[in-house]
Amino acid sequence: MTTDTPAPATSDAERYVEVQRSEDFTRLRKTLRGFIFPMTVAFFLWYALYVILSAYARGFMDTKVVGHINVALVFGLLQFVSTFAIAWLYSRFASRRVDPIADKIAHELKEKGDAA
Amino acid sequence: MSPSTFLAAEAGDNTARTLTITLFLVFVAITLAITIWASRQTKTATDFYAGGRSFSGFQNGMAIGGDYMSAASFLGIAGLIALYGYDGFLYSIGFLVAWLVALLLVAELLRNSGKYTMADVLAFRMRQRPVRTAAAVSTITVSIFYLIAQMVGAGALVALLLGIRPGTTFLGMDADAAKIATIILVGALMIVYVTVGGMKGTTYVQIVKAFLLMSGAALMTVLVLAKFNFNLSSLLGAAADSSGKGEAFLEPGLRYGVEVADNAKQTFYNKVDLFSLGIALVLGTAGLPHILIRFYTVPTARAARKSVLWAIGIIGTFYLFTLALGFGAAALVGGDAIREQDAAGNTAAPQLAEALGVDFLGGDTGGAVLLAVIAAVAFATILAVVAGLTLASSSSLAHDFYANVVKRGQTSEKQEVNVARISAFGIGAVSIVLALFAQSLNVAFLVALAFAVAASGNLPAILYSLFWKRFNTSGATWAIYGGLIAAVVLVFFSPVVSGAPTSMFKNSDWQWFPLNNPGIISIPFGFLCGWIGTIISKETDEQKYAELEVRSLTGAGAH
Repeated sequence: MTTDTPAPATSDAERYVEVQRSEDFTRLRKTLRGFIFPMTVAFFLWYALYVILSAYARGFMDTKVVGHINVALVFGLLQFVSTFAIAWLYSRFASRRVDPIADKIAHELKEKGDAA
Repeated sequence: MSPSTFLAAEAGDNTARTLTITLFLVFVAITLAITIWASRQTKTATDFYAGGRSFSGFQNGMAIGGDYMSAASFLGIAGLIALYGYDGFLYSIGFLVAWLVALLLVAELLRNSGKYTMADVLAFRMRQRPVRTAAAVSTITVSIFYLIAQMVGAGALVALLLGIRPGTTFLGMDADAAKIATIILVGALMIVYVTVGGMKGTTYVQIVKAFLLMSGAALMTVLVLAKFNFNLSSLLGAAADSSGKGEAFLEPGLRYGVEVADNAKQTFYNKVDLFSLGIALVLGTAGLPHILIRFYTVPTARAARKSVLWAIGIIGTFYLFTLALGFGAAALVGGDAIREQDAAGNTAAPQLAEALGVDFLGGDTGGAVLLAVIAAVAFATILAVVAGLTLASSSSLAHDFYANVVKRGQTSEKQEVNVARISAFGIGAVSIVLALFAQSLNVAFLVALAFAVAASGNLPAILYSLFWKRFNTSGATWAIYGGLIAAVVLVFFSPVVSGAPTSMFKNSDWQWFPLNNPGIISIPFGFLCGWIGTIISKETDEQKYAELEVRSLTGAGAH
């Protein structure tokens, strides 16, 4: 079915509700949300900290680390490092923990659909 | 030749100008050939809107980079760093971190549950007509703001990049005529790319552009670093010395969150403004329609994930290059020479290219060659971005408004695609006219406004839609219109539009909102509107939510 067509046949709709209530799906949702929500809060606070320090803690940000390289530059580069690291962590997490359950559910749904 | 005589030499010999135009024409010829090839592969609506969903994660990652790294990123951020030092870097960090929102919360779920446009997901479990109308209004508003900023930018750049100075002419055109000609040419080309090539053609244009931009920026970065024996600290030191601002040039505070002596109130506003800009940059990206539709060009959610990972790598690397380019321009060209060419610093990167060419490629000719290459890359950048924006808005107009609102879903694929092509033509024409009217105004703020609208209206609607069971039609329309109106109204009454020396209308004053960036108010307001709109309506469709949730998380039934 497509997103533009009117409501699907009842059997389809019932199947989705059934899957949504299944143990596998509950586990999938919990696993995924358990990673993406805390991680979103974490990177947002980490970024907000950087912006707030840039605005209000100029003395600290201006401290020299090595030569002309100061805390502000290191902090900024750490935002790059954390972005790359979170992207890598998520990709590893998703392919190990999320994809297998998602595939299993999608496969079962397809089989049920073919049988119906 | 010293870098400060940038472009002056061409009054004598036209090497750089001829070469820039030749390289640009080669780019146009190649991309038009690709577009025509792509048009032969474009048969179905899925081909036109989503490039047949046939691109790989890497290809789409490059194309996302091509869509995202606009002239504002390349010329704008390099210029900001060259003139204001560290604060330009703050901008690029916001643009990069933003991709985590897209990666973690939006890309895969959108790919699994949508078809062609942002509204496919928003309207999935809602009443189609009100939600798709709202989504089309917001998509077109965001895209047109962005388009005008890019096209006016292109017009302003052409005179500088081709060295048409007051009093001189080029092909019989003075600087003003060249600006108008450029805006019309850019508009005409983007209409051709989109109407003829559809998403497939546009995607290849983005890939070619991303490759050229990354290569050009990488080459310049290596040359800048080589100049300083690959010692970052001595590059920074030279930039600070040459800026005339000393160590302050390497610290936050010259451009954003400026501390005004004896004016505690203005200092406070400036600092809040910095935070407001920061959150709009981070939350805006995942609500930009021309970025969202890119996720439909790959076959699966896993490929969408891969494309965001590639995009993060490419865009992150690019912003690290701009750091070297900006500080390199400050050190090797100097702030005064840059300001002399363009007060906003947009010519810092091309000027740096010329200086590096003189040093490394052998004298004036080398300078002219590298300048020409980078100027042509800058034009390619603008062209690719405007094509992406035109495609996003014409897709929404055809698929959301025409097919699902006007025709209530009763239309053939062929008709829909024809309407999309006509829309691209119409939107292109409207943008050309608006850009011609706006060309003498300071419209650089329009990009930041587009991000603010995307973050305030689109993002709340998308996140509620994907994650909140209770969310409904009323909530979706409230979120989109609420966020959109709040952002636009606040900017209209802000210092960027009136009441300040740098305003768009500097001789009028109806300003009462103290910040340049509305995000800190309009983003929470958009989320609040979505919540209020939802709870005041009884509508809820648990079955459709079950379907959306199962499909978005598992990929079952994906298009």
